[in-house]
Amino acid sequence: MELIQYALDNIDLLATRTVEHIALVGVAVGIATLTGVPIGIAITKNERMAQAVLYAASIIVTIPSIALFGIMIPVLSLIGQGIGYLPAVIAVLLYSQLPIIRNTYTAINNVDPALREAARGIGMSPNQRLRLVEIPLAVPVIMAGVRTAVVLNIGVMAIAAYIGAGGLGTFISRGISQSDPRQLIVGAVAVSLLAIIVDYTLLYVQKRLTPRGMELDTSTA
Amino acid sequence: MIQLDNLTKVFDTPKGAVVAADHISMDVPSGEICILLGPSGCGKTTTLKMINRIVKPTSGKVFINGEDTTGMNTQDLRRNIGYVIQQIGLFPNMTIEENITVVPKLLGWNKARYKERARELMAMISMEPDAFLKRFPSELSGGQQQRIGVARALAADPPVMLMDEPFGAIDPINRAVIQDEFLKMQQELKKTIMFVSHDIDEAIKMGDRVAIFREGKLVQHSAPDDLLAAPKNAFVESFLGEDRALKRLNLVKVKDVVSDEIATVKPGDTLETALARIDDYGYQNAILMVNDQRQPVGLITRAKARTTKGYCRDHFENVPATVTLEDDLRKVASLMFSQDATWLPCVDDDGRVCGQITQRAMTHHLGSRFRAREAAARNPDSTVEE
Repeated sequence: MELIQYALDNIDLLATRTVEHIALVGVAVGIATLTGVPIGIAITKNERMAQAVLYAASIIVTIPSIALFGIMIPVLSLIGQGIGYLPAVIAVLLYSQLPIIRNTYTAINNVDPALREAARGIGMSPNQRLRLVEIPLAVPVIMAGVRTAVVLNIGVMAIAAYIGAGGLGTFISRGISQSDPRQLIVGAVAVSLLAIIVDYTLLYVQKRLTPRGMELDTSTA
Repeated sequence: MIQLDNLTKVFDTPKGAVVAADHISMDVPSGEICILLGPSGCGKTTTLKMINRIVKPTSGKVFINGEDTTGMNTQDLRRNIGYVIQQIGLFPNMTIEENITVVPKLLGWNKARYKERARELMAMISMEPDAFLKRFPSELSGGQQQRIGVARALAADPPVMLMDEPFGAIDPINRAVIQDEFLKMQQELKKTIMFVSHDIDEAIKMGDRVAIFREGKLVQHSAPDDLLAAPKNAFVESFLGEDRALKRLNLVKVKDVVSDEIATVKPGDTLETALARIDDYGYQNAILMVNDQRQPVGLITRAKARTTKGYCRDHFENVPATVTLEDDLRKVASLMFSQDATWLPCVDDDGRVCGQITQRAMTHHLGSRFRAREAAARNPDSTVEE
């Protein structure tokens, strides 16, 4: 009861932090999608390049977020952005690369070879094949990668509160430093709820983006 | 017209160079279907795919309607060649209409024109445009999908079509239906078609000419009838099968074998007359009874005519079956076997008796080609009629 009372008393702040959180993750994953999808498509042309890129992206994900923020402080301080918004966005951008690149790469590579041959055989150029056939067919799997990135990074972004990026993590960090379990729990629950709600929202978007002809024979959830 | 000039493909594999197609030279005259036939790995598919450069030729040239395609832009070349593959390859993200208008759109047709073309194509493949154009490939049966696959290949009305085992994945009943429909369409469209198959029966049914491949080489390129009658070597002979004489039954029509000499009786004749006529003509079992329009109405058997007195109209049996001039001998043979008959009356379009077909005449006709070949083999000075 006490917790709910606390949440209601601070509803304005909670809303502001939530919007901040969404904006941070949204901008970062948005940029990550714009870079990751073209990279994922590009590496389908070269197997060795693909292995190298995917390996590098995997290594980035293994770096603990706190460490990543730590590394960026001295580097970004050179342009006066050592803490706050920019390092948080960059971290999320980096973490998002693996799921987005990997899913794009897999989806394009898994397009039925018969469809690819049909597309070549009727005279589509490589770009037309991508635009008319391969990307539309890959969209559900690419979107699944974006969803993974978003959910993963809603968690990562909570930690970015420690470098002053704002967001729902502020409740958690203050809860810890002030030994206030109310703030801690409200922050943690809010982050989890946000992740769940955003995941379902994106699932809906993914279904809307799936070509209708493909919904009919496959259950791409 | 498609001309292949020393077309060769060498694949580099870890085990060394493999010659998939070895100096293939052949012509497909305009408006004909040429079937590339052979066991797997014989180079037939490689040869086909070199024409639209899905497989890049190592050397050799392809001419289409006399024009060397070597210098052509690959995409332009492919847009002017219809291509049908066994896996069908309809784009699942597009509606049927979008699928069959892909090539016209690539060629820059305006919307009104390609929309109209879509409806024309649906009519051509006997599918209702309003019922199907807005649907997706996954909603269609395999046979319907392959009809759409053929329509897509025909969309821009290319003079040449390449078909890679197009009906191979369709169940046998639907396959026969689609083959018949396709042949009917081809009679009007007169496309120049190269068609890969591994099914000898399909080759004989569909092909104006059949090219047999083995280990990357073109072994024999003949009309189906010549192929069956005169296989060039032991490989071709074994590939065609031991029943190759029977396969020719499909190729010969009743009108090629029919004898217009047939004795009949009328319902008003006596059995005595019938018996006399059976003996005069040397018939074994029975004589046909026809009405005033010369339509077959019954059979008077020899046994009945000999033991009974009276008129034919009171003592006839049913006619087991009749055949028409356009039926093939396979159907005739099947009817004869199922009816235990050695001859069948043949009727014209109005159902009037115009002759008869006998087992003897059929075996004689089919055997003549083989005998001619054997005679030539015994007497090397004379040449086989090809």
